[in-house]
Amino acid sequence: MQGDAATIAALFAVDPSGLGGVALRTPACAARDEWLALLRTLLPADSPMRRVPLNTGDTALLGGLDLGATLQAGRPVALQGLLAQADGGVLLLAMAERMTAGAAARFGSVLDSGQVLLQRDGLDRVLPARVGLVALDEGADADEQLPASLAERLAFHLRMDGPAEDEESPEWSAQEVQAARQRVGRVQMAPASVQALCAAAMALGIDSLRASLFAARAARAAAALAGSDTVEEEHIAVAARLVLAPRATRLPPAPPEPAQEETAPEPPAQDASELPDPPLEAPPEAPDDPKTEDSDEADSLAPDPQELAERVLEAAQAAIPAGLLASLKIGALQRAKSPTSGSAGAEQKNALRGRPVGARKGEPRAGQRINVLETLRAAAPWQRLRRSALPPATATLRTPRIVVRKEDFHVTRFRQLGQTTTVFVVDASGSSALNRLAEAKGAVELLLADCYVRRDSVAVLAFRGKTAETLLPPTRSLARAKRSLAGLPGGGGTPLANAIDAAAAMAGQIRRKSETPIVVLLTDGKANIARDGSPGRGPAASDALAAAAQLRAMGVSALLVDTSPQPQSSAEQLAAAMGAQYLALPYGGAQSLNQAVRAVAGRN
Amino acid sequence: MALTFPFSAIVGQDDMKLAIVLTAIDPTIGGVLVFGDRGTGKSTAVRALAALLPKMRAVKGCRYGCDPDAARCPDCLAATSGKARASELVGVPVVDLPLGATEDRVVGALDLERALSQGVKAFEPGLLARANRGYLYIDEVNLLEDHLVDLLIDVAASGENVVEREGLSVRHPARFVLIGSGNPEEGELRPQLLDRFGLSVEVKTPSTLQERVEVVKRRDAFEQDPQAFTEQWKKEDDKVRKGIVAGRKRLGDVQIPDSARTFAAQLCIALGTDGLRGDLTLVRAARALAAWQGDKSVTQAHLQRVAPPALRHRLRRNPLDDAGSSTRVERALAELAAAPQK
Repeated sequence: MQGDAATIAALFAVDPSGLGGVALRTPACAARDEWLALLRTLLPADSPMRRVPLNTGDTALLGGLDLGATLQAGRPVALQGLLAQADGGVLLLAMAERMTAGAAARFGSVLDSGQVLLQRDGLDRVLPARVGLVALDEGADADEQLPASLAERLAFHLRMDGPAEDEESPEWSAQEVQAARQRVGRVQMAPASVQALCAAAMALGIDSLRASLFAARAARAAAALAGSDTVEEEHIAVAARLVLAPRATRLPPAPPEPAQEETAPEPPAQDASELPDPPLEAPPEAPDDPKTEDSDEADSLAPDPQELAERVLEAAQAAIPAGLLASLKIGALQRAKSPTSGSAGAEQKNALRGRPVGARKGEPRAGQRINVLETLRAAAPWQRLRRSALPPATATLRTPRIVVRKEDFHVTRFRQLGQTTTVFVVDASGSSALNRLAEAKGAVELLLADCYVRRDSVAVLAFRGKTAETLLPPTRSLARAKRSLAGLPGGGGTPLANAIDAAAAMAGQIRRKSETPIVVLLTDGKANIARDGSPGRGPAASDALAAAAQLRAMGVSALLVDTSPQPQSSAEQLAAAMGAQYLALPYGGAQSLNQAVRAVAGRN
Repeated sequence: MALTFPFSAIVGQDDMKLAIVLTAIDPTIGGVLVFGDRGTGKSTAVRALAALLPKMRAVKGCRYGCDPDAARCPDCLAATSGKARASELVGVPVVDLPLGATEDRVVGALDLERALSQGVKAFEPGLLARANRGYLYIDEVNLLEDHLVDLLIDVAASGENVVEREGLSVRHPARFVLIGSGNPEEGELRPQLLDRFGLSVEVKTPSTLQERVEVVKRRDAFEQDPQAFTEQWKKEDDKVRKGIVAGRKRLGDVQIPDSARTFAAQLCIALGTDGLRGDLTLVRAARALAAWQGDKSVTQAHLQRVAPPALRHRLRRNPLDDAGSSTRVERALAELAAAPQK
């Protein structure tokens, strides 16, 4: 096992609720099981450790009415949710990368407040839930990630992608952790240390203050684990390495072009493990900038904050994994794409049933689901009357506690999904770029504004060169849609057939979520790359027409916006083949474009 | 109740703190929407509010926290029949509406316990009743289920909660200041709900090292010893509380000269805000600011200070222009200030 992984397990075990948790990004593997087993042994034996499956309902998670017990007892009995059950312990979130933003927000509020506010099913409780989370993130690529709002609230982000190392990893026993749990409340931390951590966080481009707060707590835990009552430099270094480094969005600005040399040593973990043991004698460079306000207090506490900050930074920097560097280069892009929820968006969950929106009277049939609570509510006022009407209890027939009749039945209503998702397919090829890519972008922005009003989701595909790519999967965040477009470069061939295929595939996906797709294709219609990627106008055009016919066969509403300077017959033909409305941009001002989309949407 | 982080110990975030104080001085301004980066203390500020506000007088035992002088809830109306009921001082409610809440707990529903055990049809008030005369706080407001949003929009506008379910027919006052917080990355708010918020503030992570260090230090100190930390900041909190009380007293006396109203109207016209709610909120917020600062009448400076939070979310805007609305308000302000007054 990697040394850092063991350290994280121990630190987390010392202060689970204070540190929030661990985002464990790795496929299900032996190393993960081993780590979880280690965590289990380090946590106190009596502390709960529960597993939460993906898509756990609110009742199971937060609590609600215990139906069995309620019916038995004839009075409402509350059911504790997983969060409250795990108070003082740890929850394992399975498949966390597919978690919805809503679920992440529920966990987030519990992590923030340490309690569950239960306002459900007629129950009004505040239950303690000081839990730590281990988010098991099995995301395979960059698109599949833990919801950012949850990742933010977990102190440690651990990746286990490296090969298991043979080097002996630091080991702690459950007794040591137990002792540290007692001690951690007493550990003192000097202002200079706080400053060092904050400075390091800033230098690494970490915006959120939670990171610094977690780093401070982790440093305390590290000190407690080492049996020290004050936070020393090495503890700060550990905290910076484990909490700050994985969140870095950029490298510290100090040396120019540091990227390659600074992080060349590999594997980074080994290097880093040497760093936390800095020589105790004075550092070689004399501090040259002691003007900070805290310097009086700091002086008495050994190292100069400036100095300390630099060392902490060094420790963090050394731990930045090599893989992260690649993403740092496209840092801006990464951040823009940072997921707000896992890939199983709220919409996907709707596909099965839709959102429950209250209940109505009626019998459960044809797959309708009974709403037991509402049924009970309806039955409740009549109980005394009905019981008195029943024959008196005999030896074989006991009087039921609650008499429910057919007319009490209520079924849960689900919202019919009228959601529309507009898929914008933007031609970013050379010919289009020359002509009016900028105007097409402008047109899409206008259409986005309209989608905003109608609360539609949008998705953006772009095509150039040989392929079409998904710039943005269906989302309701229009700001992201706009951003994804803004950075779209132009140039290359026009793989129209591939683009239409991609649009059709996405439309199919959207439809499977029982939403209505609309495809808006912005192109000049001059296809010159065939399906197989070979150039040539002839085959490209016929492929494009074939793809268009397929889209038509799917019955997807479409709009083709001709972006060429002069309206082209090729684009018009394509529109006809797609069964799409045709609109030439030159004649269409912004407003008429808007109306056109509305008309297409209204056709359904 | 667990101790909350003291309001005055929050570092920076002046816009957010000011907006909250102004709505405490004049609740008719409407709610506050706090949108911004993660980890900036949005919920901390709201949760600190409960401890900060001066206590209010309410009918003793009233489940809706009725004002003794204007008791309008069904309980009070049934009980009083002319004679005044005893009253007591209670803390202003700051009610959390958690994301997983069900409709019956929000609006209130049949009391299941009494119905099942005694066969009595009784109404059990929900969160809206509890928030009456206080604050209703929704964290991650943009993730709230649509059917709950619909309920809120209606109640927030009318100040009254009408329950028609399970054979119950109850209406009770539910006048509250709505406070929402969230991260714009996670989805937009419905325009109708947006409109219910009087002020909207944007919060950003402090950018200077000094501020950030201070935040972490204070938070750390609070977590180590909440009691001592709260004690340490009690004086500051008291100062704010006294300011709010004084502001409320002064509020009625603050003059609003016609020139100020004209300026507000001109600003709203220049920005093309929808409806007149923008005008109204702007003037009210400026008046509350004048009362807070101890000024006798509303001046252009007051209006300028509160214009961005009062109007930012009301622009008939390009919704994609996420950074632009504040800038537009400021630009319009600058242009108006430069133009000669009519």
